[in-house]
Amino acid sequence: MLETIFIITAAIILISALLTITAHNVVHALLYLVVTMLAISLIFFILGASFAAALQIIVYAGAIMVLFIFVTMMLHQGEKSLAQERHLFHFTTSITALTLSSLLFFELIYMLFFTSADTANSMVTAQSSAIITVKDIGKQLYGPYSLLVVISALMLLSALITAIHISKSPATIQIKAKGDNL
Amino acid sequence: MSSWLTPLIILVVLLLLGAWSIWLERRVLALWQDRLGPNRVGPFGLLQVVADMIKIFTKEDWVPPFADKVLFIISPMIVMIMTLLGFAIIPFAPNIQISQFDHALLFLLAISSLSVYSIMLAGFSSNSKYALLGAMRTAAQMISYEVFMGLALMGVVILADDFSLSAIVAAQADVWFICYQPLGFVLFFIAGIAEIHRAPFDLPEAETEIVAGFHTEYSSMKFGMFFIGEYLGVILISSLITTLYFGGWQGPLLPPLVWFILKTGFFVMFFILLRAAIPRPRYDQLMVFAWYILLPLSLLNLLVTGAVKLSLLG
Repeated sequence: MLETIFIITAAIILISALLTITAHNVVHALLYLVVTMLAISLIFFILGASFAAALQIIVYAGAIMVLFIFVTMMLHQGEKSLAQERHLFHFTTSITALTLSSLLFFELIYMLFFTSADTANSMVTAQSSAIITVKDIGKQLYGPYSLLVVISALMLLSALITAIHISKSPATIQIKAKGDNL
Repeated sequence: MSSWLTPLIILVVLLLLGAWSIWLERRVLALWQDRLGPNRVGPFGLLQVVADMIKIFTKEDWVPPFADKVLFIISPMIVMIMTLLGFAIIPFAPNIQISQFDHALLFLLAISSLSVYSIMLAGFSSNSKYALLGAMRTAAQMISYEVFMGLALMGVVILADDFSLSAIVAAQADVWFICYQPLGFVLFFIAGIAEIHRAPFDLPEAETEIVAGFHTEYSSMKFGMFFIGEYLGVILISSLITTLYFGGWQGPLLPPLVWFILKTGFFVMFFILLRAAIPRPRYDQLMVFAWYILLPLSLLNLLVTGAVKLSLLG
Protein backbone atom coordinates (compact mmCIF):
# COMPACT_ATOMS: atom_id res chain seq x y z
CA MET A 1 0.00 0.00 0.00
CA LEU A 2 2.71 2.44 1.09
CA GLU A 3 4.82 1.45 -1.90
CA THR A 4 1.93 2.16 -4.29
CA ILE A 5 1.45 5.61 -2.78
CA PHE A 6 5.19 6.20 -3.06
CA ILE A 7 5.23 5.29 -6.75
CA ILE A 8 2.17 7.41 -7.54
CA THR A 9 3.68 10.38 -5.72
CA ALA A 10 7.01 9.94 -7.48
CA ALA A 11 5.19 9.89 -10.81
CA ILE A 12 3.38 13.12 -9.86
CA ILE A 13 6.71 14.73 -8.98
CA LEU A 14 8.25 13.76 -12.33
CA ILE A 15 5.24 14.83 -14.40
CA SER A 16 4.76 18.16 -12.64
CA ALA A 17 8.49 18.90 -12.76
CA LEU A 18 8.40 18.25 -16.50
CA LEU A 19 5.36 20.48 -16.89
CA THR A 20 7.16 23.20 -14.93
CA ILE A 21 9.74 23.54 -17.66
CA THR A 22 7.40 23.06 -20.59
CA ALA A 23 4.52 25.30 -19.52
CA HIS A 24 4.31 28.52 -21.56
CA ASN A 25 2.55 30.61 -18.93
CA VAL A 26 5.01 31.54 -16.16
CA VAL A 27 2.41 31.44 -13.40
CA HIS A 28 1.21 28.01 -14.54
CA ALA A 29 4.82 26.80 -14.52
CA LEU A 30 5.24 28.04 -10.94
CA LEU A 31 2.02 26.33 -9.90
CA TYR A 32 3.31 23.03 -11.29
CA LEU A 33 6.42 23.64 -9.20
CA VAL A 34 4.16 24.07 -6.15
CA VAL A 35 2.57 20.70 -6.94
CA THR A 36 6.09 19.23 -7.12
CA MET A 37 6.89 20.66 -3.69
CA LEU A 38 3.69 19.26 -2.19
CA ALA A 39 4.41 15.83 -3.66
CA ILE A 40 7.99 15.92 -2.32
CA SER A 41 6.56 16.71 1.09
CA LEU A 42 4.33 13.64 0.80
CA ILE A 43 7.43 11.54 0.02
CA PHE A 44 9.07 12.87 3.19
CA PHE A 45 5.93 11.97 5.08
CA ILE A 46 5.91 8.42 3.72
CA LEU A 47 9.56 8.01 4.73
CA GLY A 48 8.67 8.93 8.33
CA ALA A 49 10.09 12.47 8.40
CA SER A 50 6.84 14.31 9.10
CA PHE A 51 8.68 17.35 10.47
CA ALA A 52 10.62 17.74 7.23
CA ALA A 53 7.34 17.26 5.34
CA ALA A 54 5.69 20.11 7.23
CA LEU A 55 8.70 22.37 6.76
CA GLN A 56 8.77 21.56 3.05
CA ILE A 57 5.23 22.90 2.72
CA ILE A 58 5.64 25.88 5.07
CA VAL A 59 8.95 27.09 3.68
CA TYR A 60 8.97 26.09 0.02
CA ALA A 61 5.35 25.86 -1.05
CA GLY A 62 4.05 28.44 1.41
CA ALA A 63 6.67 31.17 1.43
CA ILE A 64 9.24 30.93 -1.35
CA MET A 65 6.85 29.98 -4.15
CA VAL A 66 4.40 32.67 -3.04
CA LEU A 67 7.18 35.24 -3.42
CA PHE A 68 8.06 33.84 -6.87
CA ILE A 69 4.45 34.12 -7.99
CA PHE A 70 4.24 37.57 -6.41
CA VAL A 71 7.13 38.81 -8.53
CA THR A 72 5.97 37.17 -11.76
CA MET A 73 2.50 38.58 -11.22
CA MET A 74 3.97 42.08 -11.17
CA LEU A 75 6.12 41.48 -14.24
CA HIS A 76 3.53 39.51 -16.18
CA GLN A 77 3.26 40.86 -19.73
CA GLY A 78 0.96 38.26 -21.26
CA GLU A 79 1.22 37.21 -24.90
CA LYS A 80 3.73 39.89 -25.82
CA SER A 81 6.53 38.67 -23.59
CA LEU A 82 5.75 35.07 -24.50
CA ALA A 83 6.37 35.80 -28.17
CA GLN A 84 9.55 37.61 -27.27
CA GLU A 85 10.89 34.72 -25.23
CA ARG A 86 9.94 32.21 -27.89
CA HIS A 87 12.06 34.17 -30.29
CA LEU A 88 15.00 34.10 -27.88
CA PHE A 89 14.96 30.37 -27.25
CA HIS A 90 16.36 28.08 -29.88
CA PHE A 91 16.80 24.33 -29.75
CA THR A 92 20.55 24.50 -30.42
CA THR A 93 21.14 26.36 -27.14
CA SER A 94 19.98 23.36 -25.14
CA ILE A 95 22.23 20.76 -26.80
CA THR A 96 25.00 20.96 -24.18
CA ALA A 97 22.56 20.73 -21.29
CA LEU A 98 20.76 17.79 -22.90
CA THR A 99 24.03 15.91 -23.48
CA LEU A 100 25.21 16.41 -19.91
CA SER A 101 21.89 15.48 -18.33
CA SER A 102 21.51 12.38 -20.50
CA LEU A 103 25.01 11.33 -19.38
CA LEU A 104 23.87 11.67 -15.78
CA PHE A 105 20.72 9.74 -16.58
CA PHE A 106 22.66 6.83 -18.09
CA GLU A 107 24.95 6.79 -15.07
CA LEU A 108 21.90 6.52 -12.86
CA ILE A 109 20.49 3.63 -14.92
CA TYR A 110 23.86 1.90 -14.80
CA MET A 111 24.08 2.33 -11.03
CA LEU A 112 20.57 1.04 -10.49
CA PHE A 113 20.62 -2.04 -12.68
CA PHE A 114 24.20 -3.07 -13.40
CA THR A 115 26.13 -2.59 -10.15
CA SER A 116 25.97 -4.70 -7.04
CA ALA A 117 25.03 -1.76 -4.82
CA ASP A 118 22.14 -2.79 -2.63
CA THR A 119 19.75 -0.13 -3.88
CA ALA A 120 16.66 -2.27 -3.63
CA ASN A 121 17.15 -2.71 0.08
CA SER A 122 17.75 0.94 0.90
CA MET A 123 14.18 1.78 0.03
CA VAL A 124 12.88 -0.87 2.41
CA THR A 125 15.08 0.28 5.29
CA ALA A 126 14.01 3.86 4.72
CA GLN A 127 10.37 2.83 4.97
CA SER A 128 10.77 0.76 8.09
CA SER A 129 12.88 3.39 9.87
CA ALA A 130 11.45 4.86 13.06
CA ILE A 131 9.45 8.08 12.94
CA ILE A 132 11.75 11.03 13.61
CA THR A 133 10.38 13.31 16.30
CA VAL A 134 10.92 17.06 16.55
CA LYS A 135 12.86 16.55 19.78
CA ASP A 136 15.41 14.33 18.00
CA ILE A 137 15.92 16.96 15.33
CA GLY A 138 16.29 19.70 17.95
CA LYS A 139 18.85 17.67 19.90
CA GLN A 140 20.83 17.06 16.71
CA LEU A 141 20.67 20.71 15.61
CA TYR A 142 21.71 22.17 18.97
CA GLY A 143 24.13 19.35 19.78
CA PRO A 144 26.61 18.24 17.13
CA TYR A 145 25.41 20.70 14.47
CA SER A 146 25.11 23.84 16.62
CA LEU A 147 27.92 25.58 14.74
CA LEU A 148 26.02 25.15 11.46
CA VAL A 149 22.89 26.63 13.02
CA VAL A 150 24.81 29.67 14.23
CA ILE A 151 26.54 30.15 10.88
CA SER A 152 23.30 29.92 8.91
CA ALA A 153 21.67 32.36 11.33
CA LEU A 154 24.52 34.82 10.78
CA MET A 155 24.18 34.37 7.03
CA LEU A 156 20.46 35.13 7.15
CA LEU A 157 21.08 38.16 9.35
CA SER A 158 23.66 39.56 6.95
CA ALA A 159 21.28 38.95 4.05
CA LEU A 160 18.56 40.82 5.96
CA ILE A 161 20.81 43.81 6.64
CA THR A 162 21.95 43.86 3.01
CA ALA A 163 18.35 43.80 1.81
CA ILE A 164 17.46 46.72 4.09
CA HIS A 165 20.48 48.66 2.85
CA ILE A 166 19.71 48.04 -0.82
CA SER A 167 16.02 48.86 -0.46
CA LYS A 168 16.86 52.28 0.95
CA SER A 169 16.92 54.69 -1.96
CA PRO A 170 20.21 56.60 -2.52
CA ALA A 171 18.41 59.89 -1.85
CA THR A 172 17.48 59.00 1.74
CA ILE A 173 21.01 57.76 2.46
CA GLN A 174 22.43 61.06 1.19
CA ILE A 175 19.99 63.07 3.31
CA LYS A 176 20.92 60.97 6.34
CA ALA A 177 24.63 61.53 5.64
CA LYS A 178 24.11 65.29 5.35
CA GLY A 179 22.14 65.29 8.58
CA ASP A 180 24.99 63.47 10.32
CA ASN A 181 27.50 66.04 9.13
CA LEU A 182 25.52 68.98 10.45
CA MET B 1 -20.32 5.63 15.59
CA SER B 2 -18.64 4.63 12.36
CA SER B 3 -15.38 6.28 11.42
CA TRP B 4 -16.69 8.33 8.51
CA LEU B 5 -19.81 9.58 10.27
CA THR B 6 -18.10 11.95 12.75
CA PRO B 7 -16.12 13.85 10.09
CA LEU B 8 -19.23 14.07 7.91
CA ILE B 9 -21.32 15.51 10.74
CA ILE B 10 -18.56 17.98 11.62
CA LEU B 11 -18.30 19.03 7.95
CA VAL B 12 -22.03 19.62 7.54
CA VAL B 13 -22.31 21.46 10.86
CA LEU B 14 -19.34 23.66 9.98
CA LEU B 15 -20.75 24.58 6.57
CA LEU B 16 -24.09 25.45 8.15
CA LEU B 17 -22.40 27.45 10.90
CA GLY B 18 -20.28 29.24 8.30
CA ALA B 19 -23.42 30.26 6.44
CA TRP B 20 -25.34 31.21 9.56
CA SER B 21 -22.55 33.32 10.99
CA ILE B 22 -23.20 35.65 8.04
CA TRP B 23 -26.69 36.17 9.44
CA LEU B 24 -25.25 36.54 12.94
CA GLU B 25 -22.76 39.15 11.82
CA ARG B 26 -25.39 41.19 9.97
CA ARG B 27 -27.81 41.11 12.91
CA VAL B 28 -25.22 41.90 15.57
CA LEU B 29 -23.58 44.64 13.51
CA ALA B 30 -27.02 46.16 13.01
CA LEU B 31 -27.64 46.02 16.76
CA TRP B 32 -24.39 47.86 17.50
CA GLN B 33 -25.06 50.42 14.79
CA ASP B 34 -28.68 51.15 15.82
CA ARG B 35 -30.21 49.46 12.77
CA LEU B 36 -32.51 46.48 12.41
CA GLY B 37 -30.60 44.19 10.07
CA PRO B 38 -32.19 41.30 8.15
CA ASN B 39 -35.38 40.45 10.08
CA ARG B 40 -37.96 39.67 7.36
CA VAL B 41 -37.35 36.05 6.36
CA GLY B 42 -38.42 33.59 9.05
CA PRO B 43 -38.22 34.19 12.81
CA PHE B 44 -35.59 36.87 13.61
CA GLY B 45 -34.59 36.72 9.93
CA LEU B 46 -33.00 33.31 10.50
CA LEU B 47 -33.97 32.08 7.05
CA GLN B 48 -32.25 35.04 5.37
CA VAL B 49 -29.31 32.71 4.66
CA VAL B 50 -31.57 30.29 2.80
CA ALA B 51 -32.96 33.12 0.70
CA ASP B 52 -29.44 34.37 -0.02
CA MET B 53 -28.36 30.87 -1.01
CA ILE B 54 -31.25 30.48 -3.44
CA LYS B 55 -30.38 33.85 -4.94
CA ILE B 56 -26.67 33.11 -5.22
CA PHE B 57 -27.21 29.64 -6.75
CA THR B 58 -29.58 30.91 -9.42
CA LYS B 59 -27.41 33.85 -10.45
CA GLU B 60 -25.45 33.64 -13.67
CA ASP B 61 -22.10 31.98 -13.07
CA TRP B 62 -20.03 34.29 -15.20
CA VAL B 63 -16.38 33.73 -16.09
CA PRO B 64 -14.92 36.85 -17.69
CA PRO B 65 -13.61 36.21 -21.23
CA PHE B 66 -10.29 37.89 -20.37
CA ALA B 67 -9.71 35.68 -17.30
CA ASP B 68 -7.42 32.70 -16.94
CA LYS B 69 -10.29 30.20 -16.83
CA VAL B 70 -8.79 27.22 -14.98
CA LEU B 71 -7.17 29.29 -12.23
CA PHE B 72 -10.29 31.46 -11.98
CA ILE B 73 -12.39 28.40 -11.17
CA ILE B 74 -9.82 26.68 -8.93
CA SER B 75 -9.03 29.57 -6.59
CA PRO B 76 -12.36 29.78 -4.69
CA MET B 77 -12.10 26.03 -4.16
CA ILE B 78 -8.64 26.36 -2.58
CA VAL B 79 -9.84 28.71 0.15
CA MET B 80 -12.72 26.39 1.10
CA ILE B 81 -10.58 23.25 1.05
CA MET B 82 -7.75 24.78 3.06
CA THR B 83 -10.02 26.26 5.73
CA LEU B 84 -11.98 23.03 6.11
CA LEU B 85 -8.72 21.03 6.27
CA GLY B 86 -7.68 23.21 9.19
CA PHE B 87 -10.62 21.89 11.22
CA ALA B 88 -9.33 18.33 10.90
CA ILE B 89 -6.90 18.77 13.79
CA ILE B 90 -9.13 20.67 16.24
CA PRO B 91 -10.17 18.70 19.33
CA PHE B 92 -13.82 19.72 19.73
CA ALA B 93 -14.30 17.43 22.74
CA PRO B 94 -12.33 14.53 24.28
CA ASN B 95 -13.46 12.06 21.63
CA ILE B 96 -14.58 14.35 18.84
CA GLN B 97 -11.55 15.02 16.70
CA ILE B 98 -11.18 14.11 13.05
CA SER B 99 -7.46 13.43 13.03
CA GLN B 100 -5.05 12.91 15.92
CA PHE B 101 -1.74 14.14 14.56
CA ASP B 102 1.63 14.65 16.26
CA HIS B 103 2.63 17.76 14.32
CA ALA B 104 -0.78 19.36 14.30
CA LEU B 105 0.45 22.93 14.76
CA LEU B 106 2.91 22.63 11.90
CA PHE B 107 0.10 21.21 9.77
CA LEU B 108 -1.94 24.27 10.67
CA LEU B 109 0.86 26.64 9.66
CA ALA B 110 1.22 24.76 6.37
CA ILE B 111 -2.52 25.04 5.73
CA SER B 112 -2.56 28.76 6.45
CA SER B 113 0.44 29.40 4.22
CA LEU B 114 -1.15 27.45 1.37
CA SER B 115 -4.39 29.40 1.59
CA VAL B 116 -2.52 32.48 0.34
CA TYR B 117 -2.64 30.90 -3.12
CA SER B 118 -6.39 31.11 -3.33
CA ILE B 119 -6.45 34.90 -3.12
CA MET B 120 -3.29 35.46 -5.13
CA LEU B 121 -4.53 33.26 -7.95
CA ALA B 122 -7.98 34.82 -7.81
CA GLY B 123 -6.42 38.24 -8.21
CA PHE B 124 -4.06 37.14 -10.94
CA SER B 125 -6.52 35.11 -12.98
CA SER B 126 -9.16 37.85 -12.92
CA ASN B 127 -6.82 39.86 -15.13
CA SER B 128 -8.12 43.18 -13.86
CA LYS B 129 -6.28 45.98 -12.12
CA TYR B 130 -8.28 46.10 -8.88
CA ALA B 131 -8.12 42.34 -8.43
CA LEU B 132 -4.36 42.39 -9.02
CA LEU B 133 -3.90 45.19 -6.48
CA GLY B 134 -5.89 43.20 -3.94
CA ALA B 135 -3.82 40.08 -4.61
CA MET B 136 -0.55 42.00 -4.16
CA ARG B 137 -1.72 43.37 -0.82
CA THR B 138 -2.79 39.92 0.30
CA ALA B 139 0.49 38.26 -0.57
CA ALA B 140 2.54 40.84 1.32
CA GLN B 141 0.15 40.96 4.28
CA MET B 142 -0.28 37.23 4.72
CA ILE B 143 3.41 36.37 4.34
CA SER B 144 4.36 39.03 6.89
CA TYR B 145 1.77 38.06 9.47
CA GLU B 146 2.44 34.34 9.08
CA VAL B 147 5.86 34.95 10.62
CA PHE B 148 4.38 36.27 13.88
CA MET B 149 1.66 33.66 13.88
CA GLY B 150 4.33 30.94 13.89
CA LEU B 151 6.49 32.72 16.46
CA ALA B 152 3.53 33.38 18.78
CA LEU B 153 2.48 29.72 18.55
CA MET B 154 5.96 28.59 19.58
CA GLY B 155 5.37 30.07 23.05
CA VAL B 156 2.49 27.64 23.53
CA VAL B 157 4.59 24.79 22.16
CA ILE B 158 7.36 25.56 24.67
CA LEU B 159 4.86 25.50 27.54
CA ALA B 160 3.08 22.32 26.45
CA ASP B 161 6.23 20.55 25.22
CA ASP B 162 4.23 19.20 22.29
CA PHE B 163 3.01 20.11 18.83
CA SER B 164 -0.25 18.16 19.02
CA LEU B 165 -3.38 20.07 19.93
CA SER B 166 -4.87 17.46 22.27
CA ALA B 167 -1.65 17.46 24.29
CA ILE B 168 -1.82 21.26 24.45
CA VAL B 169 -5.39 21.07 25.76
CA ALA B 170 -4.36 18.43 28.30
CA ALA B 171 -1.48 20.66 29.46
CA GLN B 172 -4.00 23.38 30.34
CA ALA B 173 -5.87 21.26 32.88
CA ASP B 174 -4.82 23.51 35.80
CA VAL B 175 -4.10 26.93 34.32
CA TRP B 176 -5.07 28.25 30.90
CA PHE B 177 -2.14 29.36 28.76
CA ILE B 178 -3.60 32.86 28.50
CA CYS B 179 -2.21 33.43 32.02
CA TYR B 180 1.35 32.57 30.94
CA GLN B 181 1.13 33.90 27.41
CA PRO B 182 -0.89 37.13 27.37
CA LEU B 183 1.44 38.75 24.85
CA GLY B 184 1.53 35.60 22.73
CA PHE B 185 -2.26 35.57 22.71
CA VAL B 186 -2.50 39.18 21.53
CA LEU B 187 0.09 38.54 18.81
CA PHE B 188 -1.67 35.38 17.65
CA PHE B 189 -5.01 37.16 17.63
CA ILE B 190 -3.71 40.04 15.50
CA ALA B 191 -1.93 37.65 13.15
CA GLY B 192 -5.11 35.57 12.94
CA ILE B 193 -7.18 38.57 11.89
CA ALA B 194 -4.61 39.41 9.22
CA GLU B 195 -4.40 35.79 8.04
CA ILE B 196 -8.11 35.59 7.30
CA HIS B 197 -8.09 39.24 6.17
CA ARG B 198 -11.06 40.34 8.25
CA ALA B 199 -11.79 43.94 9.17
CA PRO B 200 -9.80 45.93 10.33
CA PHE B 201 -7.12 44.16 8.25
CA ASP B 202 -9.30 43.60 5.18
CA LEU B 203 -7.12 45.64 2.85
CA PRO B 204 -7.17 42.95 0.10
CA GLU B 205 -10.85 43.77 -0.40
CA ALA B 206 -10.98 47.37 0.81
CA GLU B 207 -14.13 48.53 -0.99
CA THR B 208 -13.40 52.24 -0.63
CA GLU B 209 -10.09 51.93 -2.47
CA ILE B 210 -10.06 48.96 -4.83
CA VAL B 211 -13.76 48.12 -5.48
CA ALA B 212 -13.86 44.60 -4.00
CA GLY B 213 -10.21 43.66 -4.28
CA PHE B 214 -9.40 40.12 -5.29
CA HIS B 215 -13.01 39.04 -5.84
CA THR B 216 -14.06 41.99 -8.01
CA GLU B 217 -14.70 39.75 -11.03
CA TYR B 218 -16.37 36.94 -9.14
CA SER B 219 -20.09 36.30 -9.14
CA SER B 220 -22.62 33.67 -8.11
CA MET B 221 -21.45 30.65 -6.11
CA LYS B 222 -17.74 31.33 -6.71
CA PHE B 223 -18.16 34.58 -4.80
CA GLY B 224 -20.25 32.64 -2.28
CA MET B 225 -17.35 30.27 -1.66
CA PHE B 226 -15.01 33.18 -0.91
CA PHE B 227 -17.67 34.62 1.37
CA ILE B 228 -18.36 31.44 3.34
CA GLY B 229 -14.62 30.69 3.35
CA GLU B 230 -14.05 33.95 5.18
CA TYR B 231 -16.58 33.07 7.90
CA LEU B 232 -15.19 29.55 8.20
CA GLY B 233 -11.81 31.22 8.69
CA VAL B 234 -13.27 33.27 11.54
CA ILE B 235 -14.60 30.11 13.17
CA LEU B 236 -11.26 28.33 12.62
CA ILE B 237 -9.20 31.10 14.21
CA SER B 238 -11.68 31.39 17.09
CA SER B 239 -11.57 27.68 17.81
CA LEU B 240 -7.76 27.77 17.62
CA ILE B 241 -7.63 30.61 20.15
CA THR B 242 -9.93 28.56 22.37
CA THR B 243 -7.78 25.46 22.01
CA LEU B 244 -4.40 27.12 22.39
CA TYR B 245 -5.00 29.77 25.04
CA PHE B 246 -8.32 29.10 26.77
CA GLY B 247 -8.19 25.46 27.75
CA GLY B 248 -10.07 24.01 24.77
CA TRP B 249 -13.05 21.93 25.81
CA GLN B 250 -12.17 22.02 29.52
CA GLY B 251 -14.56 23.62 31.96
CA PRO B 252 -16.72 22.83 35.01
CA LEU B 253 -20.29 21.47 35.10
CA LEU B 254 -21.26 21.71 31.42
CA PRO B 255 -20.28 18.98 28.92
CA PRO B 256 -16.98 19.59 27.02
CA LEU B 257 -18.57 20.24 23.63
CA VAL B 258 -20.78 22.98 25.10
CA TRP B 259 -17.76 24.66 26.68
CA PHE B 260 -15.94 24.54 23.36
CA ILE B 261 -18.88 26.06 21.50
CA LEU B 262 -19.35 28.76 24.15
CA LYS B 263 -15.70 29.82 24.12
CA THR B 264 -15.49 29.74 20.33
CA GLY B 265 -18.75 31.65 20.01
CA PHE B 266 -17.38 34.36 22.30
CA PHE B 267 -14.40 34.90 20.01
CA VAL B 268 -16.56 34.86 16.88
CA MET B 269 -18.59 37.66 18.46
CA PHE B 270 -15.35 39.45 19.29
CA PHE B 271 -14.31 39.29 15.63
CA ILE B 272 -17.62 40.85 14.66
CA LEU B 273 -17.25 43.56 17.32
CA LEU B 274 -13.80 44.39 15.95
CA ARG B 275 -15.32 44.94 12.53
CA ALA B 276 -17.87 47.31 14.00
CA ALA B 277 -15.42 49.19 16.20
CA ILE B 278 -12.07 49.66 14.49
CA PRO B 279 -11.36 51.53 11.23
CA ARG B 280 -9.09 50.10 8.57
CA PRO B 281 -5.42 51.19 8.71
CA ARG B 282 -3.52 52.39 5.67
CA TYR B 283 -1.53 49.75 3.81
CA ASP B 284 1.94 51.04 4.73
CA GLN B 285 0.84 51.44 8.36
CA LEU B 286 -0.17 47.79 8.35
CA MET B 287 3.24 46.63 7.13
CA VAL B 288 5.20 48.97 9.43
CA PHE B 289 3.12 47.79 12.38
CA ALA B 290 3.95 44.20 11.45
CA TRP B 291 7.69 44.47 11.01
CA TYR B 292 8.58 47.23 13.49
CA ILE B 293 6.30 46.35 16.39
CA LEU B 294 4.99 42.79 16.13
CA LEU B 295 8.21 41.09 15.03
CA PRO B 296 10.36 42.36 17.94
CA LEU B 297 7.52 41.69 20.37
CA SER B 298 7.02 38.10 19.21
CA LEU B 299 10.77 37.41 19.34
CA LEU B 300 10.88 38.87 22.85
CA ASN B 301 7.91 36.73 23.87
CA LEU B 302 9.64 33.60 22.58
CA LEU B 303 12.91 34.51 24.30
CA VAL B 304 11.32 35.22 27.69
CA THR B 305 9.12 32.11 27.56
CA GLY B 306 12.09 29.90 26.74
CA ALA B 307 14.29 31.51 29.40
CA VAL B 308 11.67 31.21 32.15
CA LYS B 309 10.90 27.60 31.24
CA LEU B 310 14.60 26.68 31.26
CA SER B 311 15.27 28.47 34.57
CA LEU B 312 12.28 26.73 36.22
CA LEU B 313 13.49 23.36 34.97
CA GLY B 314 16.84 24.19 36.62
